[in-house]
Amino acid sequence: MQADRSLDCRGMACPMPIVKLSKAIKEMSQGQILAVSADDPGFEADVRAWCETTGNQLKALESEGEIRTAYIAKS
Amino acid sequence: MSEERRMSMILFSGDMDKAMAALVLATGAASMGYQVTVFCTFWGLNLIKKSEAMAHGGVLERMMGFMNKGGFEHMPLSRMNMLGVGPRLLKKMMRDKKVASLRDLLDTALELGVQFVACQMSMDVMGITREDLAVPCEVGGVASFLNEAGKSQINLFI
Repeated sequence: MQADRSLDCRGMACPMPIVKLSKAIKEMSQGQILAVSADDPGFEADVRAWCETTGNQLKALESEGEIRTAYIAKS
Repeated sequence: MSEERRMSMILFSGDMDKAMAALVLATGAASMGYQVTVFCTFWGLNLIKKSEAMAHGGVLERMMGFMNKGGFEHMPLSRMNMLGVGPRLLKKMMRDKKVASLRDLLDTALELGVQFVACQMSMDVMGITREDLAVPCEVGGVASFLNEAGKSQINLFI
C-alpha cells in the first residue's frame, strides 16, 4: 500500500509508538496516509484503539514476522 | 470532537512504578486527543519536585524533607524496593527492553501539553514551595481538581 509518509517505531515500547504516530498525523493533511511500523507486541491492539478513539481510519495492517505496519488515513 | 475529551488524574503515590503508570497513561491519553490534568498531591509531588529541593519550615518539615528528599530520580518501588536496589534493577530492565525512562515520559508529557497541578495543601504541610518544583505547573486545591474532574470522561487515582 502506498503511503505519503512513513514512521519507524521499531524498538519502541508502549506508549511511544502511539505518541510518535499521533505527532506525525498532526503534521499531515486530511486524506494523507501514514505508514507506521512497530514491533511492540501491543501495537496492533493499540493502533486499532487509537484509530477508533481519534476517528482516523485504519486502512490496512500488514505483518511481517514481529513487525506490524499500520496504514492510517488522516480524517 | 477531540477538544471535548478530558482525563484527570490524582497522583498521590511517590513510588516510581506508579509514577510510570501515571505518565504512560498521561502521554497515551494526550496522544489520543485528551486534554490531561495530573494533580500531584502528598508523595506524588516528588514527580514534579526538584531533586535538590529541601523542605522549608520547622524542625518537623525539615526532618520530613530530609527523609523524603529528591525528585523522581529518587523514587522507591512500591514492591521489592530492597533499600534502593530495586529501582536500579528496574531502570536497567527498562533500558534493556527499550521502555522510555521516567525522565523521557515526563518530558514527553510536558511536550504534549499535559497540565500538572501541585496540591497547595500538601505543599504547605510538607514545607515545599513553588521554587522547589521542577516542572511548570499550577498550584491548586481540591476545588480546582474537582472542577477538572467534573469535565473529564476519565478520572484516575494513582
